[in-house]
Amino acid sequence: MDWLYIFEVSLAGLGAGALYALTGVAFVLIYKATRVVNLAIGEILMLGGYVFFGLVAGAGLSVWAAIPLTILAGAGLGAVVERALIRPMLGESPISVFMVTIGLGSILAGLVELGWGADPLRLPEFIPNTPIFLGEAYVAPKVAYGALVAALLIAGALAALRFSRGGVALRATARDQGAAYSMGIDVGRVFSLSWMAACATAAGAGVIVGAIGGISPTMGIFGLSVLVVVIVGGLDSVAGALVGGLLIGLVEALAGSFLGGEYKLLATFSLLILILMIRPYGIFGTHEIERL
Amino acid sequence: MRIGTLKLSYAADEALFDTKVQWICLALLGLSLILFPFVAGPYWIYMACLVAINVASATGLNILTGYTGLVSLGQAAFMGVGAYTVAVLETRVGTPFIINLLAAGGMTAAVGVVFGIPSLRVKGLYLAIATIAASMILHFVFSHWDLTGGTRGLSMPPASLFGLALDQPHKLYWLIIPVTALMVLGAANLFRTRIGRAFIAIRDRDISAEVLGIPLLQTKLTSFALSSFYAGVAGGMWAYFFRVVTPESFPLINSIFYLAAIIVGGMGTILGGILGATFMTLVPEVLKLVVGWLTPWVPDALSLLAPIRTIVFGALIVGFLIFEPQGLAEIWQRIRRFFHLWPFRT
Repeated sequence: MDWLYIFEVSLAGLGAGALYALTGVAFVLIYKATRVVNLAIGEILMLGGYVFFGLVAGAGLSVWAAIPLTILAGAGLGAVVERALIRPMLGESPISVFMVTIGLGSILAGLVELGWGADPLRLPEFIPNTPIFLGEAYVAPKVAYGALVAALLIAGALAALRFSRGGVALRATARDQGAAYSMGIDVGRVFSLSWMAACATAAGAGVIVGAIGGISPTMGIFGLSVLVVVIVGGLDSVAGALVGGLLIGLVEALAGSFLGGEYKLLATFSLLILILMIRPYGIFGTHEIERL
Repeated sequence: MRIGTLKLSYAADEALFDTKVQWICLALLGLSLILFPFVAGPYWIYMACLVAINVASATGLNILTGYTGLVSLGQAAFMGVGAYTVAVLETRVGTPFIINLLAAGGMTAAVGVVFGIPSLRVKGLYLAIATIAASMILHFVFSHWDLTGGTRGLSMPPASLFGLALDQPHKLYWLIIPVTALMVLGAANLFRTRIGRAFIAIRDRDISAEVLGIPLLQTKLTSFALSSFYAGVAGGMWAYFFRVVTPESFPLINSIFYLAAIIVGGMGTILGGILGATFMTLVPEVLKLVVGWLTPWVPDALSLLAPIRTIVFGALIVGFLIFEPQGLAEIWQRIRRFFHLWPFRT
């Protein structure tokens, strides 16, 4: 056993896991506020990557101007989607809403392919390229900086959720919609807000993911791994998304390098089945009690 | 207005087709299905076979999702199990196709029960996600097991009936259509039996169903088994139809396709499964036609086909769920209601 190699692989896995965690946080935000399982999160992430590509390569903007614009576009998309597709489904069975997001994902994937073609594209280089060593272990600079940015964004999201007015309103809505409404919280606006925040986060994550691995219309598959992350962590738990993200990143990296690339999905989905059997509501999720 | 429907016994009230008009319509449908291959071109016979296979699979999913309320995103993978069973039996053992199809159904039912076990503990979305996991694991098995031929898959000889090779769609039509008709009829009858009614009770309120004395796990697993049996036979017919089975033949998107088909058609109705599968199979073909007409004006129209298909697929799911959640079957009911109430309510 080569411990240095294992250490390097684990570091790369944790780096990828940070991105899973970031997207997982976006997913959890939506679930907490609106109880919608958003399977389109992978496609929204992909759209973020493509919008960024379009702004930089198409419109000729500088990278640092394009990133905030991409995040704004993500927020706009979130507002539109919530208003047009999710609000009319209020009160429908969770499965119907879940299928709506699958349909949305299909529409987004089709639109991206229509606009930019099916071939994978490379985002312009903007992440510093100097190799990074942690002790003796080498970490790919893109992964390291990506993880760093993801960690900062997660910290920002957590702080906003903890201290900002909107964050408090969101947590109150998640706890008890009726009570939140009677305390003067505009629950409808909280729904919009959570979708905007989540889609902005996902679009931002899309830029980082795209910068590391390139963008393609099949990037939405990332959403499947994120789904595993949030199920393992617990659908309504931010802490669960963080732990789940790092765990899944680690498992994927270890399975990918010791068993072979095709074992990645097998490992994560076997883990998913295991978790579903032992703790169906995830590591940190709330156990819902059913009333008749 | 609907007249002449006086029922004198419970049996008559419970009958699947209760008026003469319905029997006449059914006879006409049967007759047109028999005459169809003599008048239609090869393309339409090909499409009819494809539609029938999808109807069989969608009806199976409807038993599980529409009637028992267990959402599954593994239907395509279960079809894969059936297709591989048929392919292996046909190439290695050489048993006749009827036995192969039944074996495919049985094999898939067994696999379905195994993956249905999580339904004991989880339901709703969690179950849907567990079935995604199941389809990932099955895909992995297909592409890594020697018996299934790895990523290259298996190719197989055509089915044969009394020494006659069923190698063309217009010959296979006589295999696929009767089997599908039988399966649909079986499903329609299922919900007049105790088991079928137990499924519906579980869908409507599983805890109340248990209080009524329905064994939950056993009934849910029965539902999984039946649904997978349908998927397996449909997959077997699929294998005879295309005669090449690869791991990529049954991607996750196909499972979404079947779920979309029963949503568009109408969950929890037999008619819904038929209408939905037919509609969703024909839409891409219509799109292909439209794009074909556009070619003189839009030079690279054909390259736009795939993304447009994806968009329309998604838009259909979203549109039906928002504007017509009961699906095409409900539209059909509305038309019928109009004629039933016709002179009084216009």
